[in-house]
Amino acid sequence: MIATALTALLSHWRCNRLQFFAMIAGLALATALWSGVQAINAEARASYDAAAATLGEGQFDQLLPRSGEKIDQATYIALRRAGWQVSPVLEGHVRTEEGRVRVVGVDPLTAPGTIAPVGMQEDSNLDDFLTRGVLFAAPDVAEALSGVVSQRVITDPSVAPGVALTDIGVAQTLLDAHNQLSRLIIAPMQPMGLPDIAAVAPDLALQPAQDAGADRLTDSFHLNLTAFGLLSFAVGIFIVHGTISLAFEQRRSMVRTLRALGVPLTTLIGLMISELVVFAVLAGGIGVALGYVIAAVLLPNVAATLQGLYGASVAGTLQLRPEWWLSGMAIAVLGTGFAASGALWNIAQMPLLASARPRAWAVASGETARRLGAVALALLVIGTGIAIWGQGLTLAFALLACLLIGAALILPLLLRSAVMLADGQARSAMWQWFWADTRQQVPGMSLALMALLLATAANVGVSTMVSSFRVTFVDFLDQRLAPELFIRIEDPAQSPYLEAILLSEAQEVLPLLSVETEIAAVPTDLFGVRVGPTYRENWLFLDEAEDVWDRVETGNAVVVSEQLARRAGIWTDDLVTVAPGLSLPIAAIVADYGNPLGQALISEPLFRNLYPEMQPLSFGVRSNDPTTLRNVLTEEHGIPESAITDQSRIKAFSLGVFERTFTVTGALNVLTLAVAAFAILMSLLTLASIRVPQLAPAWALGLTRRRLGQLELLRAVVLAMVTTVLAIPLGLMLAWVLLSYVNVEAFGWKLPLYLFPGHYAVLTLFALLAAALAALWPAIRLARTPPSDLLKVFANDR
Amino acid sequence: MVLTVHDVTKSFPGAEGDVPVLRGVSLSLERGETLALTGESGSGKSTLLHLIGGLDRVDSGSITVAGREITTMSDTDRAALRRSDVGVIFQQFNLIPSLTVEANIAFQARLAGAFDADHAARLSKALGLTEHLAKYPEALSGGQQQRVAIARTLTARPKLVLADEPTGNLDEATASEVLGQMLRLVRETGAALLMVTHSSSVARRMERHVNLSQGHVV
Repeated sequence: MIATALTALLSHWRCNRLQFFAMIAGLALATALWSGVQAINAEARASYDAAAATLGEGQFDQLLPRSGEKIDQATYIALRRAGWQVSPVLEGHVRTEEGRVRVVGVDPLTAPGTIAPVGMQEDSNLDDFLTRGVLFAAPDVAEALSGVVSQRVITDPSVAPGVALTDIGVAQTLLDAHNQLSRLIIAPMQPMGLPDIAAVAPDLALQPAQDAGADRLTDSFHLNLTAFGLLSFAVGIFIVHGTISLAFEQRRSMVRTLRALGVPLTTLIGLMISELVVFAVLAGGIGVALGYVIAAVLLPNVAATLQGLYGASVAGTLQLRPEWWLSGMAIAVLGTGFAASGALWNIAQMPLLASARPRAWAVASGETARRLGAVALALLVIGTGIAIWGQGLTLAFALLACLLIGAALILPLLLRSAVMLADGQARSAMWQWFWADTRQQVPGMSLALMALLLATAANVGVSTMVSSFRVTFVDFLDQRLAPELFIRIEDPAQSPYLEAILLSEAQEVLPLLSVETEIAAVPTDLFGVRVGPTYRENWLFLDEAEDVWDRVETGNAVVVSEQLARRAGIWTDDLVTVAPGLSLPIAAIVADYGNPLGQALISEPLFRNLYPEMQPLSFGVRSNDPTTLRNVLTEEHGIPESAITDQSRIKAFSLGVFERTFTVTGALNVLTLAVAAFAILMSLLTLASIRVPQLAPAWALGLTRRRLGQLELLRAVVLAMVTTVLAIPLGLMLAWVLLSYVNVEAFGWKLPLYLFPGHYAVLTLFALLAAALAALWPAIRLARTPPSDLLKVFANDR
Repeated sequence: MVLTVHDVTKSFPGAEGDVPVLRGVSLSLERGETLALTGESGSGKSTLLHLIGGLDRVDSGSITVAGREITTMSDTDRAALRRSDVGVIFQQFNLIPSLTVEANIAFQARLAGAFDADHAARLSKALGLTEHLAKYPEALSGGQQQRVAIARTLTARPKLVLADEPTGNLDEATASEVLGQMLRLVRETGAALLMVTHSSSVARRMERHVNLSQGHVV
């Protein structure tokens, strides 16, 4: 019985291959976008984990030198003898043809357990590591190192990008740092009764374990990507929901017949669920494969974006990780279940003697539209409440969800209203019929149009956000990069010599002293700046008191960055403790879009009083002739070319990062829009069979088939146009939420919203073009419908 | 006795409370016997047919099909009864559009696990369907589709055939021809036939005739 009933159920798909294709393709596309994004996220997180595991950064308390860059090995030995469970780390760089490689030397015998780099679980590897001197590195780094180092380099993709890991002794040799260490990692578990570290190693400073600032930013970036992936998946699920609903409606008569012939309802439902699970797994598999391709194409750009914006290293190559492909398969099955649940429920509730005629799938009642409208309004009211009273990143995303789902659900009601408005203006009988018929089509196409609405709104929202970010950031760079040249040195001892040279050659020299500290419990870079014309003329503030620079110059005030101010809950005129025993009023708040940490600026003399041992390692230099100055510095004073950067290069680099970001968001935008167009195509094609009885009377009354085809095309474009017009304000609201809520919560600063009407116009054209292309084939098919098919509508035996 | 209906009542909810459709109907049918159930619209003919087929439940009374009381059966058991002992022929044919004529004919017998290819071939030939076996139902005329439905039912060798105005959608000549073929084949298989019809000419071709009026046998 089961095999026979299953044969009948499956025969539906054999006779409706387009419907089958729509369902599989919709689900595969949805899964592809979701799993592609998840693949990128998984790869990035694996890279962060690898970095944390390899370098131990942020996980453990550490001891760093109070001055200078290295720790004497004798200090380490003293601490171990005193009973402290510390592990040495030496870091430095090795030059290769492909660039610098960060060499990290660790002592695997004393390193805390979770710092378990690479595949050293195998005894042979550990043996090599300890006795023969080997390095472990990701494939690209390993290749770059071959021929540069004499030690054997073992390829291991789990090592952090750009890093080679080795035994500390090997690192000391490679880096020419005998008996020197960079830092000491303090194991979390320590014996009781240890002497004070300050007494054993007075030259070392304790740096507590910290949540690296970039974590929250990269988390936010991944959250944005996930939200985008979820949105794309939702668009795909609209297609699946549409095709499954239609297929189940078309099979109502078959279900009735099967039940009348003796197939129990539970068996039928079970067979239908099994059938859907098989389809979901098939489509999920295709989707995961497509997602792999999408992720492989986009990952290098994402990696560059994360590196450029947040300094987070991500490997540029993709691995097939179970966490993302399993999540892709799971969401394909769950999405199918979600899309089919309503249809299955209807079948389960359908009385055996119910009418076998399809329940006018495309002709949902006005009552349904009104009910959806009520749900939509409720969601929009909740969203407004969150916008007014809500706080936190989760609520910001809840606001986005309310906004998008609410707008999608209210769309059929708005479309009906728009069409009824047009109907009222129609003069001729044909146009009256056209608008009335269009109104009848709205429910059937509403799922596809909702998909278009979400896709277009996401496109407008994300593009507006990224473009606003770019415009603001470029302005910010213009302010901050006023000095024509920047010089950065590694050795503090060279600083006074370099400053003397610069003072003799340049128009204005702006040494930049800096130290990492905490202000109002927020990790902050404290800068000492030489207040002069450059600062006074170029810096713009978000908020300021009077005589900002005069007060800063005399050491009586501090300027703080927006993210420090927002995170610490401080603002202009508030008093903040800049250093132990020193509190200063805030003279101004300055925007800072390039740094995850907070920033505070005090005058150079005040900074030198607070940190007399610090020397500036960066200098901004003003010059009327930066090219000549650059030549003088390199040729006459021996300053390496690599130490000098000009403004245009930094700007070009920053813009390059944005272009990469644009590539990622642009690609996702195009893919989402393509999925929406596909949704329209599939709804029109699946509606086509229902359309014949609806159009046959108009044909019989004198409209040619060609004219009917043209009107079908026009109908799709009109509905798409109304949807796109509604999508633009929705997209702008999306951008507003991203910029005003999500950014403040995740990044700590608020971005101004810029409008890009040209972009929206182009997007509208693309959306209309997509809708027209999607409608073209069904319209042509309709125009070519044989008269015999149209006549069948009037036949008794239909 | 293949069918015994005893004092069956059935009501449906209406705007002003429950509307009684069957008010204590009793009848019986022996093996190989044919019976026409007639009556005006709304007299309860189709309702009685659905109750006998286990497609709906009685309010009171009992129905025994092939020696089994069906009013107390679960949905699953009634479904099993329909697969093995009862065949239903609908006015709307209710073929499966995505299966070929041949697959449709074999369908119920396969569901019951009692498919006999020779028997199916004989029925197809007797009903003039041999040349249409590879076609899909939509390619057939109404009369041909009803022949497929008859073949589907009889291929499963049911003990009781229930037919709900099987020729109601056909022109007079086709209806007469289809009816003749159906009666002949039902007799050949030894099944009992209960046919709901509006047509007195159709009723006359049955061995017995029961008229329903306002929910009573008259």
